[in-house]
Amino acid sequence: MMFTPQQPPTRTKPSLAVFKFASCDGCQLQLLDAQGKLLEIADRVQIDHFLEASSKVVPGPYDVGLVEGSISTAHDAERIREIRRQCRMLVTIGACATSGGIQALRNWGRIDDFLGAVYASPQYITTLATSTAIADHVPVDFELRGCPIDTRQLVELITALVLGRKPRVPGYAVCVECKARGTVCVAVAKGIPCLGPVTQAGCGAICPAHDRECFGCYGPAEAVNLVSLTGFYEHRGTPREDLTRLVRSFNGYAPEFRAESDRLEEEDKGDIPGFHHE
Amino acid sequence: MSDPTIRKITVKALTRVEGEGSLRVRVVGERVEIAEFSIYEPPRFFEKLVQGRAIRELPDIVARICGICPVAYQMSACGALEQALGIVTTPGIEALRRVLYCGEWIQSHALHIHLLHAPDFLGHESGLSLAKVAPELVERGLRLKALGNRIMEVVGGRAVHPINVTVGGFYKPPDSAALRGLLPELEWGLAAAEEVVRETSRFEFPDFTREYECVCLKAEGEYPMNHGRVVSTGGLDIDVADYERHFQERQVSWSTALQSVMLPEEKPYLCGPMARLNLCFEQLPPRARAAAESSGLELPITNSFRSIVARGIEIVAACEEAIRLVQAAAAAPLAPCRVAFEPRDGVGCHATEAPRGILYHRYEIGADGLVKGAVIVPPTSQNQGQVEADLRDMLPGILDRGDEEVRHRCEHLIRNYDPCISCATHFLRLEIERA
Repeated sequence: MMFTPQQPPTRTKPSLAVFKFASCDGCQLQLLDAQGKLLEIADRVQIDHFLEASSKVVPGPYDVGLVEGSISTAHDAERIREIRRQCRMLVTIGACATSGGIQALRNWGRIDDFLGAVYASPQYITTLATSTAIADHVPVDFELRGCPIDTRQLVELITALVLGRKPRVPGYAVCVECKARGTVCVAVAKGIPCLGPVTQAGCGAICPAHDRECFGCYGPAEAVNLVSLTGFYEHRGTPREDLTRLVRSFNGYAPEFRAESDRLEEEDKGDIPGFHHE
Repeated sequence: MSDPTIRKITVKALTRVEGEGSLRVRVVGERVEIAEFSIYEPPRFFEKLVQGRAIRELPDIVARICGICPVAYQMSACGALEQALGIVTTPGIEALRRVLYCGEWIQSHALHIHLLHAPDFLGHESGLSLAKVAPELVERGLRLKALGNRIMEVVGGRAVHPINVTVGGFYKPPDSAALRGLLPELEWGLAAAEEVVRETSRFEFPDFTREYECVCLKAEGEYPMNHGRVVSTGGLDIDVADYERHFQERQVSWSTALQSVMLPEEKPYLCGPMARLNLCFEQLPPRARAAAESSGLELPITNSFRSIVARGIEIVAACEEAIRLVQAAAAAPLAPCRVAFEPRDGVGCHATEAPRGILYHRYEIGADGLVKGAVIVPPTSQNQGQVEADLRDMLPGILDRGDEEVRHRCEHLIRNYDPCISCATHFLRLEIERA
């Protein structure tokens, strides 16, 4: 973390820039919702570069850059380096930017298969074989998790930036949020394999509250034990390939989740169509 | 080019659209030689990455194609997978799906009208700068957007990427009290949307009309959302199952989005709010129809700059529909909330009306419960060819104007289509060469 509260903002209104890479747009859309605080935010920060919202484009440098999306082309790998140079502080928003996103499923396949499956003339398409997190390419000062990010956390982040303090974002697991809202544990009481015990909080534990499993939108929580959790579910009868898919989804390429789905697959030797290791 | 008669206009990025793309125009004399609406969105390969995933995971995965219209992807996927599985949902489930879709239409249209499109008509760079002189207008837009989001939260569990949608129905019935709690704001939204129609219909519209081949779903007795036959102004009237025999996706070298054309003529066509109003005006609920009639809007709409009024009318319709359906749903809690399924080998296809137009999905599934193959045709791919055709038609009439004005008019025209670039595109640059 490069947050330095003692360092005053460069001017009374910090400048903000928003950048998009491979993504669905859902995270920067949260800035337009921002719990009804968009106009208030626009008063407190100077929005210099936010293509989706404004035709006003002020060249860098910027105090803060918010980056949505993953790196999946050579051009984007270059672009993020230039953006890093332009931003005093770089914050990644969402699962694509922090772990490569759902499109990182391609990292387990052969890129030619993917190109041929979607495009009749793959030669027109330039793409990397992988979809990777921003932090794999440049240093990142802070990351906001989620698929999508939560508007309350986003407002907290911007508040902290304006005040020059560190954002208060929990590192504990979704289980804590379930207990806080009084949701009966779906894993224990209903036998549903749930990633809540290993997933970082932030969403408000909405999935267990809807009688379904947490599927890891916020990525790995601090100090988690995936082997123990999947072992528990497997012992209780969940097929190993189901567990592999559960761990390998929206944050599947986050290091902890990735290691676990690889381990499950390695031990299983099960054939998951479309996702063969090279 | 060293030729001094060639005029070049370059804009690095088109703004106030969802995502990024580029436009290249080359004009020789009065002739528009090239008008390429390019889509640079890094491909994410959804049709491939869903292969080998469990059927039940699909609504969660395809939602991630678009943060603005995730419900559209969930609804088209559920419909196609349910057909492949041979299951039929209940009227109660379908009614709540329609409520959820209304929420998405309201938030998507409110965002586009107030923050992305209105600034073009009112001479502003953004909704944020517009808010400084017309705060009530922008605040109304944000409040309408919040209403749409709230509907999605109550029914879908979350506004962006709802988590309560599953193949066969919902994971959990929405809370009756929370549903009833939507009604006062929906009543406000209905009146606010009527105001949107009144205001936008008084905007000054550039004089640019053309005949469109409009394509949308059409259903008995309701404005199209989750169901319908595929119809067109040229007389097409087919079952969704025949969609791929009449429409074909093409790859062009300047775009990572596939472009869709209508067969056999291979011509571009228009989908979205204008197409729906032109073909399904009779299906509009009463207040939406009254709002349209009193706005002086003439049908068929042949000027895409008027699409902002069409979106307003659709917000009125979505609020009206949501009020009717929420009242009924709150009175009779959903039971069962989903229809169970057994995996089997099968193929299914379905189309729904995303805020921007027809969204077609086809899936092949296996008895092992996994997806074998997928075809997804988003509305922006379908409108892409029409955008280019519009540009080719519009440019000769405005070439006597300065570069800045030409550039702005082109961008405005593209925004008429509310392109959803994450569904299809990235990085819009405009380059005009004049010879």
